[in-house]
Amino acid sequence: MTAVPNIASSTQRSPLEALGNWLLQYILRPVLQILLFVFIAGGSISLLALVVGFVLQTDWHGIDILRVPARINLFEQVVRQLPNMLLDGITIGFVYAVIALGYTMVYGVLKFINFAHSEIFMVGGVVGYEVMIRLRAADMLSSLSPLVVIVLMIGVAMVICGTLATVVERVAYKPLRGAPRLVPLISAIGVSFFLTDFVRGFQALNRNVFNMPYPTDQVTFFNERIVLAQGVSTTNTTLIIIVSAIVMLVGLNYFVNATKIGKGIRAVSQDQATASLMGINVNLMITITFMVGGALGGAAGVLYGLKTTNVTPYIGFIPGLKAFTAAVLGGIGNITGAMLGGLLLGMLEAFFSALLPYFPALGLGYSDIFAFAVLILVLLFRPTGLLGKKVDEKV
Amino acid sequence: MATNALFQNGAPQSQPNWREALPTLFALGYVAIVYFLLHSIDRSMLLFPLWSSILFPMFVISPFIILGLKIDGRLKVLLIAIIGLVLMPILGLEDTFYLELITQIAIFAAMAIGLNVVVGFAGLLDLGYVAFFAVGAYLWGVFTSNANTIVQISGAQAAPELFWLFLFLGVIAAAITGILLGLPVLRLRGDYLAIVTLGFGEIIRILVSNLSNISSNRRTPINITNGAQGLPGIVGPPLPDFLVEGVANLTAALGIPATNVRALTYQLFYYVLVLGVCAIAALVAARLDNSPIGRAWTAIREDEVAAQAMGIPKVRMKLLAFAMGASFAGAMGVIFAAKNTFVSPESFSFIQSIFILAIVIVGGMGSIRGVILGAVIVTLLNLQVLKNFSLLINSLKNIDWVIPIINFPIRDWPQQLEPARYERFVFGLLLIIMMIFRPSGVLPAKRRQLELQAAMGKEEIPEAEIIADVETIKPEDLLGNQPKEQS
Repeated sequence: MTAVPNIASSTQRSPLEALGNWLLQYILRPVLQILLFVFIAGGSISLLALVVGFVLQTDWHGIDILRVPARINLFEQVVRQLPNMLLDGITIGFVYAVIALGYTMVYGVLKFINFAHSEIFMVGGVVGYEVMIRLRAADMLSSLSPLVVIVLMIGVAMVICGTLATVVERVAYKPLRGAPRLVPLISAIGVSFFLTDFVRGFQALNRNVFNMPYPTDQVTFFNERIVLAQGVSTTNTTLIIIVSAIVMLVGLNYFVNATKIGKGIRAVSQDQATASLMGINVNLMITITFMVGGALGGAAGVLYGLKTTNVTPYIGFIPGLKAFTAAVLGGIGNITGAMLGGLLLGMLEAFFSALLPYFPALGLGYSDIFAFAVLILVLLFRPTGLLGKKVDEKV
Repeated sequence: MATNALFQNGAPQSQPNWREALPTLFALGYVAIVYFLLHSIDRSMLLFPLWSSILFPMFVISPFIILGLKIDGRLKVLLIAIIGLVLMPILGLEDTFYLELITQIAIFAAMAIGLNVVVGFAGLLDLGYVAFFAVGAYLWGVFTSNANTIVQISGAQAAPELFWLFLFLGVIAAAITGILLGLPVLRLRGDYLAIVTLGFGEIIRILVSNLSNISSNRRTPINITNGAQGLPGIVGPPLPDFLVEGVANLTAALGIPATNVRALTYQLFYYVLVLGVCAIAALVAARLDNSPIGRAWTAIREDEVAAQAMGIPKVRMKLLAFAMGASFAGAMGVIFAAKNTFVSPESFSFIQSIFILAIVIVGGMGSIRGVILGAVIVTLLNLQVLKNFSLLINSLKNIDWVIPIINFPIRDWPQQLEPARYERFVFGLLLIIMMIFRPSGVLPAKRRQLELQAAMGKEEIPEAEIIADVETIKPEDLLGNQPKEQS
């Protein structure tokens, strides 16, 4: 008897209330979650940096390679660099998070490492360059609103990379469905190599270039500095990267959790056979997963290009591996985990880039090792990642 | 008279004998014709790149053709030995480019045989295989290079005579590296293992390109690998004088003008050495495959859990596969460093690992003969065919040739699209096509082929067999014991 009025009241909710609920569930909560992740990743890395700086400032504990020249006070340096380090870590971390989503989504539905995703990301960077160059040629780069330029770059990259990822899936992975795991993985490596040289050849013919520097200096808005605190300032580009990444993460969260297609994708990733019995078009869901993952990869490529201001056909490999590491760190197959993993890995990279130059025996050359080391350590001690669930091997 | 007698005696059996001799004659004819043609082309010809990249591969695959023909086993070995140890060296002395090519093929073949033990036999995908190659190469390189490393400064350089000892040490060092890598990662599932080995390969590369200083004092750096500049001036083992004299006499007898006989002797020496190592590797791998160890690997590859349940020590077997595979690469690394006299981190990048993987995939995972053929195909494609196409296009541009039919002037072929610079494109395409159409390779191992077909649901059971199966089931079987009870 008591249940009836409850149902009645919930069906008679005012539209305003519904909108409020919707906002709370699909916008506010994910945003808060992302901020929480930023806080966790930033906090833990700051703590790590401070501890390392403190421990190594005067005493190197008999390990010669950890010795810092006597005139440098490592702790002071760490404190001085911390804000910039965090900012850098957040920016690159968001880029990694967006790439990692592509790996994790595909892994979720197909249990397959999409090795070619790093090249989809690279294509995104190249498309962003092309859009900017074409806008400049049409004299629109400085006259258009910077916001329109960004939306145009990311939008075109998303469309092209989404399509490309779908085509790749159709041509190189679909015929191999059901084969032993290594077969599609090798095919994916093939796609990755093919795309690298295809883009190189294409751009060599098209513009006779290998390095593709983004003409960001043509848009004054990108280079305007914002002072966040005393001595801590950043460019608008950083803000653009962070904001667009958050928008995409929230959008993806909405897509996966609130739409019917998202529900289908989740069902397929849980159990393909049962999902198909429930009338879900498994092939379509897989295609959509690749499309969405590819689109995110493409957008990440543009953001990466904006950050580093130079792309080449070979940029995909290392960020791709780092993003994969991020996906594994967060728990592969887990979308929330990929965000956390990406942020943590970005922070770690910023940490190593900031500290390594102080050690004469080490130097920046080692900064890429950490991602692989993290990957190996995570797989050794917690193969399910930070947020992953334990899955028993089926016989 | 004699011929007459021979004919009369042999006449009744001559028909079948003649048939049996056909494959032998075909093999001899094939080798003779290809060798003669290869001999008669020379670099001054316009279409030399084209002819050379058709004829040389035809010549190099002749042992595989012989192996496939119905010829007496001993005769096969004899023919292949003649091709490998007589014809090839003579051809190589005349044009050292061919000698260099075949040596590269043998180096990659030996490494691919090693990777085949890991990927093909044990089913562990290793994407950082080149790391073991680097271990061997740097072992010999660090100890004999004339770069300003800590070894050079402290005077701990190895004498060239120690090459043979280091060849052995290279095997051991690579095997230990393989075990050290394997110990922590072998618990991982296939695709994770692949990525971790990739990471390991990159770690080794980053390490060798950064170990140019490990001292905290910049004024007294401790240089180990000389960093990204690489190690120049690596030496090979000393060659006895009679070998050099022998080669000098040989070139004189063949009428080949030889300017630097010692360099030529070294090239010939490395060719024979890598061929020998390659043969040993193939033999060891073949014996392993048919041994209880090989069967244990097969079991692990096909079903890990079931294999463990049957009492196979999974971790030990996987470690053994890693160590075996790595040791071949370690030996080749030592030889590679001595042969090239220079090593740098660039020789050990990810693309090299993929290159060796492509050899195994193209040839056929698990099939030793296939892997050697794969080495021939992929190495020639990379080092000869693509380069020759570039040369051909350039020489055709010079004479302003126009492709008939489509009426395309070759002069308009863009400079940026030089085939030699697109090896990633070609290998990527090769890997995709192989995976889609022939995942078991050109010369597949039977068992591997069946596994793949079964996994992909392509296993075809003849219809008759199914019908027979159905017919043998009688209604009584389905009803169990009921008929008996009724009676």
